[in-house]
Amino acid sequence: MDAVILARIQFAMTIGFHFLFPPLSIGIAWLLVIIEGLGWRKNDAAFVSLGKFFGKLLALIFAVGVATGIVMEFQFGTNWSVYSKFVGDIFGAPLAAEGVFAFFLESTFLGLYLFGRNRVSKGVHWFSILMVAVGATISAFWIIVANSWQQTPAGFIIQNGRAELTDFWAAVFNPSTMVRFLHTIDAALIAGAFFVTGVSAILILKKKEVELAKKSLRLAVLFGLIVALLEVFPFGHEHGRQVAQTQPEKFAALQGLYTSQTGAPIALFAFPTEPPPELKAKIEIPGLLSWMAFGDINARIRGINEFPKEEIPPLFLTFVSYHNMVVLGMYFILIMGIALYKVKRNTLWNNKFILKVLAWSIPLPLIACQLGWIAAEVGRQPWIVYKLLKTRDAISVTVGAGEILFSIILFALIYILLISTLLFLMNKKINAGPEPAVAKEA
Amino acid sequence: MLNIIWFLLVGVLIIGYAILDGFDLGVGILQLFTKDKKEKRVNINAIGPVWDGNEVWLLTGGGALFAAFPIVYATVFSGFYLAFMLLLAALIFRAVSFEFRKYVESDKAKGYWDLAFSVGSLLPAVLYGVAFGNILRGLPIDKDGNFLGSFIGLLNPYAILVGLVSLTMFTLHGAIYLTLKTEGAHKERMTGMINKLWIAFVVIYFAATVFSFFEASYLFSTVMKNPLFWLLLIVLFGSIISIPVLVKAQKNGYAFLASSVMIACMTLLSALSLFPRLVPSNINLDYSLTIFNASSTARTLETMLIIALIGMPIVIGYTIFVYRVFRGKTEITKESY
Repeated sequence: MDAVILARIQFAMTIGFHFLFPPLSIGIAWLLVIIEGLGWRKNDAAFVSLGKFFGKLLALIFAVGVATGIVMEFQFGTNWSVYSKFVGDIFGAPLAAEGVFAFFLESTFLGLYLFGRNRVSKGVHWFSILMVAVGATISAFWIIVANSWQQTPAGFIIQNGRAELTDFWAAVFNPSTMVRFLHTIDAALIAGAFFVTGVSAILILKKKEVELAKKSLRLAVLFGLIVALLEVFPFGHEHGRQVAQTQPEKFAALQGLYTSQTGAPIALFAFPTEPPPELKAKIEIPGLLSWMAFGDINARIRGINEFPKEEIPPLFLTFVSYHNMVVLGMYFILIMGIALYKVKRNTLWNNKFILKVLAWSIPLPLIACQLGWIAAEVGRQPWIVYKLLKTRDAISVTVGAGEILFSIILFALIYILLISTLLFLMNKKINAGPEPAVAKEA
Repeated sequence: MLNIIWFLLVGVLIIGYAILDGFDLGVGILQLFTKDKKEKRVNINAIGPVWDGNEVWLLTGGGALFAAFPIVYATVFSGFYLAFMLLLAALIFRAVSFEFRKYVESDKAKGYWDLAFSVGSLLPAVLYGVAFGNILRGLPIDKDGNFLGSFIGLLNPYAILVGLVSLTMFTLHGAIYLTLKTEGAHKERMTGMINKLWIAFVVIYFAATVFSFFEASYLFSTVMKNPLFWLLLIVLFGSIISIPVLVKAQKNGYAFLASSVMIACMTLLSALSLFPRLVPSNINLDYSLTIFNASSTARTLETMLIIALIGMPIVIGYTIFVYRVFRGKTEITKESY
């Protein structure tokens, strides 16, 4: 097989697998900030016990996130050396900043959080989980800075055969950074909320420390509904508007708009086919897309037909992954809304069906993250840096297809081992349940 | 000037990694020679709360290299492709082994993750030296800055010997660290290990230095006229010799300091002999990647310097704080690995 295809498979696999863990870690860490905070300020033994329980699960997830993240830091150089030389003057800085401002913070304080409970004061212990959450969030910021620069490059000139930095802040806060950061962080919070909700639901179903589990479920469902709503409006909406303005080809591909149109509709359901590109079996709302992108139901939106053939992304994958992400986003609001309603009516605790749905929903936000990520990255093709460098011109010239294939197989085997071990151990930890809350000795 | 500062800063990150994660790697290797279950557990918990932060020095080093010297990052990492994949696989296994071995129940499963922990520590410890050896010896870099070598070419006798230097160095460093964290018979066993490891290290390091005169003679062409070279050499000898003396006198904290200084001096000596080259070419020295032809622009180096000057003092501050929280002998509690 072609080295470019292999290099892309390798990158998609390693980053896709890694990207299962940071959103969960970020989301759980922020929920732990609340849980541990309640345990500390209210001196509530129930929350202390919940903190320990979810803290252990965080440690497991975080470990796999760290392990798979190491690959990320180095594989731009190993697999994409032409890219690295081309963007190094700009792209390296956010990665280094991520190390200095984020990795040290989260890793150092995670050690203190996990092992320091009896060595430092309660306030310092709470501060340590806060720093884990802050560090993980800063980490997301810098990596999204780097990726957003690939989507909407700014603050540079092309000189000496590479992109050279002219304005650091313009590069950092390029047109897509902030909307993408907020959209992604909120997605991470949704993932955390569904995790805590789902795990609590499992505990209730299994009748393990039910009173504790009710507390964490209550908290996570309220949190989850808020962040799920925010994800649609304003974060998702703003991100959509930004893509429409800065990456029109990608926008057209995401929305399945294959010919330019005034009063463009939103496709609620469709099946894209090509060639020629066409949406089959579609259900549409007229004018809505024009309104969402430009605030005017009659606005003209450029379709795929307006762009050069060699500059349009794969249509099927972008459309399908984007639309399924949106469907999941709507589902998150719905199920959290139902759960909150039933919590308020006090009827959730015996509703086995909803509890089971909540438990089985744990992986869905992660799937939504993956779909969103695929839509964002595949939608940028054929560019590795939008309008500046094509993906096929960016791979390492000295690395052979055989070597890449070897690394794909190596990492695939390792990742299968990791995910099965992780799931096995998490399942065991969850089934063991939290320790009973012990009344304060003081 | 900025280029020289960044040469030093990348050096500082490498030294930071070698000193801090160095003892973690050493502990992982020593685990192979530890039979007693309780001692194994103490060993792993001796680094439990801090190893993750220590490993970040490597990640940040990688990021800093990318930002400051992208040509080196791209050339070396793609050139060392398979070696890097092995290193990454090893680091993945090591990173998950702490949590995984804690929760698996059967002795057999624990044994597997123990092995993953040890091999995951041993391989990076050796590859660290192999990478250093290859760079000191020079790489087949053509005039366009492309690496023309092969994986097998990286496993030359000189590089392997330097790999053994780093292996014994990190294991020695780890053993000294463990004497600070253990008590009684366990500590005595570690003290015994230190003496053996020290002899092995000194012999191999001496052999590697002699080998360097033949394999990489260019390194010594100008550096011997530099007084800094001789100063570092004296400090290095002083620190190496003081290790067994300090261990014998039960001043293990100082012995740990001495082995840290030793690691720093060894890295600095290499850096000084390479300067201003980062990756010498053994096809033609003029093709070498240097701190000038492989760097980012002055604006990026300046921006990065500001980031480092703001960020690193804070990092060092809370790192010291966390080490102080966990100072003293390792205790096994319910939270332990």
